[in-house]
Amino acid sequence: MEILVCVKRVPDTAENEIVVNSKGTDIERGDLVYSVNEWDNYAVEEAIQIRDKVGGSVTVVTVGDSDSEEILRREMAMGADKGILLSDNAFNGSDGKGIATILKAEIEKGKYDLILTGAQADDGAAQVGGMLAALLDIPYASLVNKIDILNDKTLKIGREIEGGNQEISEIDLPCVLSIQTGINEPRYVGIRGIRKVASVEIPVHGTKDIGIAAESVGSAGAKVKRVDYFVPPAGKGAELLEGSSDEIAEKLIELLKSKGGIK
Amino acid sequence: METALISPAKAWLLGFIPAAFFSLIIPVVGVACFTYIIAKRAAPLVRSKPDPRLDNIIDRILGMLKFAFAQYRQPRYLMAGVLHIILFAGFMILSLRSISLVMIGLSDGFVLPGLGGTTGHVYNILKDIAATAVLVACTVAIIRRGFFRPERYEVPKKYGKDHTAEAVFVLCLISTLVICDMIFEGSLAAAQIQKGLQAEFHVPGMGAWMFAIIFSSTSIPALQNIHLASYFIHNIVFFFFLCFLPMGKHFHVITSIPNVFFMKLKKGMIKPVQWGVDDDKLDGLKSFGVKKFEDFTWKNMLDFYSCADCGRCSDQCPANAVKRPLSPRFITIKCRDYSFRNYPVQGEMTPKDEHLIGTILSEDEIWSCTTCGACEAECPILIEYIDKIVDLRRGMVDEGLVPQSLQKPLKALEKRGNPWGKMEKKRADWTKTLPETCDVKLFENGDEANTLYFVDSISSYDDRMQGIAKATACILSAAGEDFGILGKDEKDSGNEIRRFGEEMLFQDIKAHNSEAILSTGAKKIITADPHAFNTLKNEYKGLPKVEHISQTITRSIKDGKIRLKPVEDPSKIYTYHDPCYLGRHNGIYEDPRQALDAIPGLNRVDMLKSRDRSFCCGGGGLMLFYEPEEEQRMGVLRVKMASNVGANVIVTACPFCLVNMEDAIKVAGLEGQMEAVDLCELIERHIDRA
Repeated sequence: MEILVCVKRVPDTAENEIVVNSKGTDIERGDLVYSVNEWDNYAVEEAIQIRDKVGGSVTVVTVGDSDSEEILRREMAMGADKGILLSDNAFNGSDGKGIATILKAEIEKGKYDLILTGAQADDGAAQVGGMLAALLDIPYASLVNKIDILNDKTLKIGREIEGGNQEISEIDLPCVLSIQTGINEPRYVGIRGIRKVASVEIPVHGTKDIGIAAESVGSAGAKVKRVDYFVPPAGKGAELLEGSSDEIAEKLIELLKSKGGIK
Repeated sequence: METALISPAKAWLLGFIPAAFFSLIIPVVGVACFTYIIAKRAAPLVRSKPDPRLDNIIDRILGMLKFAFAQYRQPRYLMAGVLHIILFAGFMILSLRSISLVMIGLSDGFVLPGLGGTTGHVYNILKDIAATAVLVACTVAIIRRGFFRPERYEVPKKYGKDHTAEAVFVLCLISTLVICDMIFEGSLAAAQIQKGLQAEFHVPGMGAWMFAIIFSSTSIPALQNIHLASYFIHNIVFFFFLCFLPMGKHFHVITSIPNVFFMKLKKGMIKPVQWGVDDDKLDGLKSFGVKKFEDFTWKNMLDFYSCADCGRCSDQCPANAVKRPLSPRFITIKCRDYSFRNYPVQGEMTPKDEHLIGTILSEDEIWSCTTCGACEAECPILIEYIDKIVDLRRGMVDEGLVPQSLQKPLKALEKRGNPWGKMEKKRADWTKTLPETCDVKLFENGDEANTLYFVDSISSYDDRMQGIAKATACILSAAGEDFGILGKDEKDSGNEIRRFGEEMLFQDIKAHNSEAILSTGAKKIITADPHAFNTLKNEYKGLPKVEHISQTITRSIKDGKIRLKPVEDPSKIYTYHDPCYLGRHNGIYEDPRQALDAIPGLNRVDMLKSRDRSFCCGGGGLMLFYEPEEEQRMGVLRVKMASNVGANVIVTACPFCLVNMEDAIKVAGLEGQMEAVDLCELIERHIDRA
């Protein structure tokens, strides 16, 4: 089975302190460290497991600048066979539909049976997977946490739905699935693994390579534009506890007690 | 000397076969079988990884004398130890006798060179005593193993079958050997006396003497038969025993002396990924760590062969004590049995290209180890565990088999140099709340200082453990040390990164820290974190001298640089908990105790398990993140041990111990009755600045 996984490089919320910059146009990026979006990592692990079971290959693709190559290598160290970096100045400032358009163009150049995305990105809006399926005009299922290969035409998938309930469906291939965390336990990628793939060639495709018009994507083609970025002020009933961890814990306990949350 | 009985060398069996024929054929067949078996047992060692163990021959010989011949660690378990010492000493003495006996069957009156004349008589006396002592020891051991069945020897079903039968069988073989010799000697003495000839002196009360009395009225022809029968039974049993040894746990009789000779001499240092491959050539290796059996080194395999299955390692193992799925003893036994199965004495060798993890070992088993070293400190024949565990982890890391709970901190270490993923620029933030009297220089700002204080991650970032960093800085100030810290240029020391099998990340971090440390020009490194202390001292190369703060404190008190006030609360009883990486791995037991005892009026007791028998608090570094299957926390057991000796303050000298102890006090419900404090914090509070 030929599987393509769309991945994204994001600032890891566990290893950064996210602060909005003074202009309110973006977050402070000076001291950030980046990694592969957590959901995408699960998607790649799932793809590798499927490939190891039924054969085929796994390709990882990302839209980003040259720094994004790092995460493609990480996923290749994990076991993906091939990486493609979609990079062009014209891609800058794309909205969700723009990203989906770029991905669609690349996907149509190849022949993939299954396309996986993370359910959402740490810094995203959980929109690309669905749009991509619509643009490709193939079936789509979101929040998938279980995949069984029935045959080379059909998958049986489990989806997490409201209240932790499970829904099982059959879906025709080719299709797009957005993958929920917990579907598997992604394997560890060590420094050694990354070094092994350090010199593997990763093709970089721009607008010309994938055959799309520069105006259709990037800020030129974006129909959704970010206008502000801010931390919401504490509203009515909200209270921000301050102090050391001990003090915060103590205040929290007092609050919970006084409001009857604990006895 | 005229003899009353025909000796085995001259006797005829059934009237026409010379007994000497059997005296020859038994040893020849015995030695041939033994050689064949040993060759088979050597087969996996030939396919193993290299392990250079012929350095420092003098140290090795001294170690062998101490641990093998003097049985130094045996009395740690008194009853079993004393029994073993008797058996071992008996073996040493009687092995000469057994060789003589074999030769006597070929050449009448044979004496080993050096055992003639007076020496021979003295030896005979010693031998009489040894044989009887061995018989008594065997009897006691059989009763102990067969009836009292100490819990330590139990084999849980999942680990295989009980070996009591084998143990008792071997004890019976040994008993048979010494009894045969007694009868052989006793029958001759009885016959000599009956015929009025001179008999060899036998020590009164010993076995041979007793048999001489028992046989005093037995007829000479009967004695002749008894004499010969006991001789040949001895020889047959002797060679059967020799060939039986390599079949199970009694292989240690043969392998343990060489195993001790090939001991690990450098404590506190994990073996390289592959001996003979330099750190900068690691990228060229096809595979990392131990995956299949043949990835072990020959010394690892010799360890498996040498295990006497005594269970002391697991009896001391904290992971085993809290019912984690780890018992060091069975790592060895499972690997030994696996080796026996794939390299059998009879039949074809079937080495398997399969991962040990998932077949005979499990992931959780290998991650459960805190690398505290209690097992290695206990093993009477110096079997190693930590290097094997780390090599197995290296194999798992290479295959991506790392629990999710460890993947996050490992990634954070890679990205940010600390397992919490905190910002590098905040590494020195703890210095902001120091008192004015305490000034900490920052090398990153271009400051210069004689001494580098290596803080390490937990004391830099953890709210509570920053207390240790502050106390350390204040002590160094008070002691007049000219010191500074690396600040954002410092990354985690990596002690646990290496021990959790992520060798390449450790190499990266080691290179980064080494460069940062050397560029400061500092002449000395001091740290309050035993994990950092261990790896900086034993695994980094070319750094200035590394010292633990407890050594600095003790020295400063002796030099009069620090004076201490009387203890704050004289009614409290303090106990010192030895951190594994300070004590067992680096032998620092006295400095922290001396530092405590320097506080006037401080009342200190030691726990039952202390010094090299200290009980791990639960592990440090990445072990804080691992979520083991366990029935309770190690720390809880440890806190109860402190409570049992009447202590109400546990003093540690390691930030991880403090984390675990403080948590354990809460979990054990001892809040208010028990407290934990770091040595630095306690000393800092007692500094007399007047």
